[in-house]
Amino acid sequence: MLRQAQHERFEGPAAVEATDLVKDFGETRAVDGVSLSVPSGSIYGLLGPNGAGKTTTLRMLLGIIDPSSGTRHVLGHTRPIDAASEVGYLPEERGLYPAMHARDAIAFMGALRGLPLREGRRRADELLKEHGLGDWAKKPIRNLSKGMAQTVQLLGTIIHKPRLIVLDEPFSGLDAINQARLEERIRGEARNGATVIFSTHVIAHAERLCERIAIIAKGKVAFEGRVDEARSRLRPIVRLRTRTSEGPWRAAIPADARQEGDHLVFELPATGPEPLLRALLDGGAGIEALAIERPGLHDAFVAIAGEAAAVEMIQKEPEQ
Amino acid sequence: MSKLLRGAFVIGRRDFSATVLSKTFLFFLLGPMFPLMFGGIFGGIGASVASQREKPVVAVVASQSDFDALSAARMRLTDAIDDGKLVGLIRFAPEPDAAAQQKRLLATSNPPIQAVLTGIPAHPSLTGAIHPDGTTARQLQLMLATADVAPAPAPRMDVTPTDSTSGSLSKDRSITGQIGQMILFFLTLLLSTMLLSQLVEEKSNKIVEVVAAAVPIESLFVGKLFAMLAASILGLLVWTAAGAAVIASLKQGGLGALPPPAMGWPGFLGLTVIYFAMNYLLLGAVFLTIGAQASTVREVQTLSMPVTFAQVVIFGFAATSAVSPDSGASLAAMIFPLSSPLAMVARAAQSPDLWPHVAAIAWQALWVAVILRLGARLFRKTVLKSGPGLKWWRLGRT
Repeated sequence: MLRQAQHERFEGPAAVEATDLVKDFGETRAVDGVSLSVPSGSIYGLLGPNGAGKTTTLRMLLGIIDPSSGTRHVLGHTRPIDAASEVGYLPEERGLYPAMHARDAIAFMGALRGLPLREGRRRADELLKEHGLGDWAKKPIRNLSKGMAQTVQLLGTIIHKPRLIVLDEPFSGLDAINQARLEERIRGEARNGATVIFSTHVIAHAERLCERIAIIAKGKVAFEGRVDEARSRLRPIVRLRTRTSEGPWRAAIPADARQEGDHLVFELPATGPEPLLRALLDGGAGIEALAIERPGLHDAFVAIAGEAAAVEMIQKEPEQ
Repeated sequence: MSKLLRGAFVIGRRDFSATVLSKTFLFFLLGPMFPLMFGGIFGGIGASVASQREKPVVAVVASQSDFDALSAARMRLTDAIDDGKLVGLIRFAPEPDAAAQQKRLLATSNPPIQAVLTGIPAHPSLTGAIHPDGTTARQLQLMLATADVAPAPAPRMDVTPTDSTSGSLSKDRSITGQIGQMILFFLTLLLSTMLLSQLVEEKSNKIVEVVAAAVPIESLFVGKLFAMLAASILGLLVWTAAGAAVIASLKQGGLGALPPPAMGWPGFLGLTVIYFAMNYLLLGAVFLTIGAQASTVREVQTLSMPVTFAQVVIFGFAATSAVSPDSGASLAAMIFPLSSPLAMVARAAQSPDLWPHVAAIAWQALWVAVILRLGARLFRKTVLKSGPGLKWWRLGRT
């Protein structure tokens, strides 16, 4: 069963605010007028298929690349580099020096953000122990497995206790156990007051973790808001199994209902469940099973981003 | 600025440690040993082969008394000319069939006979694989001219040695300047190739995005450049100390026995280190910029060739200041930023004035800053695909 994200109210100014960000690469417009507002202390997801513009958006927010037009504020700074000491970033393409020891790699990433090297090494030892990598602290990165190296890079991202953590596709390449650990780590950082933004094409992660999401498709924000708001764009789904297949009760079933095995599946009519139930009972349907389900984020994503984008995401989505 | 320097320090410290603490740095330190070692080995083998190989000689078909007179004339020449540089002579008694004897001697390989001299002293005739106006013929002509003349007593000439004359100093200092340029050129050539591959490593490790998000991109350039500079100065110190020790052991008086530069040895060596740093920073900044455009080792190798040629051209341009220090070309080489350090090293060997060096170092430092800024912007533009179009007139404002 999926664990739902806690919905909270966020006070104070937004940790990240972007207005009408545009990025052109030559003739190609990669990002087309993206506007976002990430509340402080929230876990915020950027959803979209590959090539939608998620990474380019994150790079613009972090100041790695400049937008062609539009503005951004990161932790109150108009120049993202001015907030660099309070930001942690895990890029999609992971990178570490192969010859560097794990603890030195973590401390180096902290030092880039202003953390003294000695303190960085001390914290690195602690974090590596916490994550079961204590014995690997003084081993070169090249000797670590891919999962271990990814953990090392994640620890390097948070070593300086940033207020804003930006993770680009953080779950890709991790096995199920490490994915669960990473989810817990993200929740832990948010509990400690950090704002976490992560991009993903795996809807399940966003559904479990995020308070707010932005769905990006073809460089534009198709939806921005709370996860339940995204879901509420769709009406609940009814799954019905009856003893009789025909009768007066059929008039209450929407014309676009589809048959899935021995179930009829359709959106709950706008009149709500009571008239439907009454029609089924009075019409002699013989109800064997009836479920009214809230639509998942995936259904919302399909409705918002389009079937093609959803199919692309599903194809890339690993088994959960 | 402090963010830039802090970032550069972190990157530079990492690069310096990674370079100096790696096993390959030992090979870097031993690098100059290899040409010396191979030179010594092959030089020794060559000398051994040369000593084993018998020198061609001239066969003199003459009576013992005529040969002795010719031999004595040769001996007198060895007072002024090294014996090894004079043609060797070997006597053969005349045989009835002179033509057959000459033919047989020319075919002899032990000893190897270069030519046959007959008919001395009245009608000397030289036959063999020689040029009529060549050294062998001329030397034999000189020996024959003095063979039957008793040497006149030469008036005694007093010789008063001095340390140096302006003529010899000028030549010696020119040589010192050229040696300084050569050392700088080869060191920079060695380092620039290493530097070219530096950013490729960074890019292939995908660490560049982490760095670019954390510090200004200029920090990456400055950090890498100065880390390599520090590592190379460490190498330079090791090589200089080893070189000075070798010179001291081989040559009495050590460095003092070499042609002294106009600034004196301490000033010259100090300026050499500074100009090495400036030369490296200037060319290094250019090569780092070029290296940043390459994505693979193959691309780096492709870029290395034009870069090496460019260095050779710059070296040739700068060499004019060692040969003719007051020429217009020399002045141009001192002003052109990329050749300025090499040209100024030669000047340090030839002129004691300090102010041109202060001006040159400030000028070169300005260009290091300009090239670094341009390189960082080019990196952002072409590698990170970011930033506005490159307009040189806007560089000063960004």
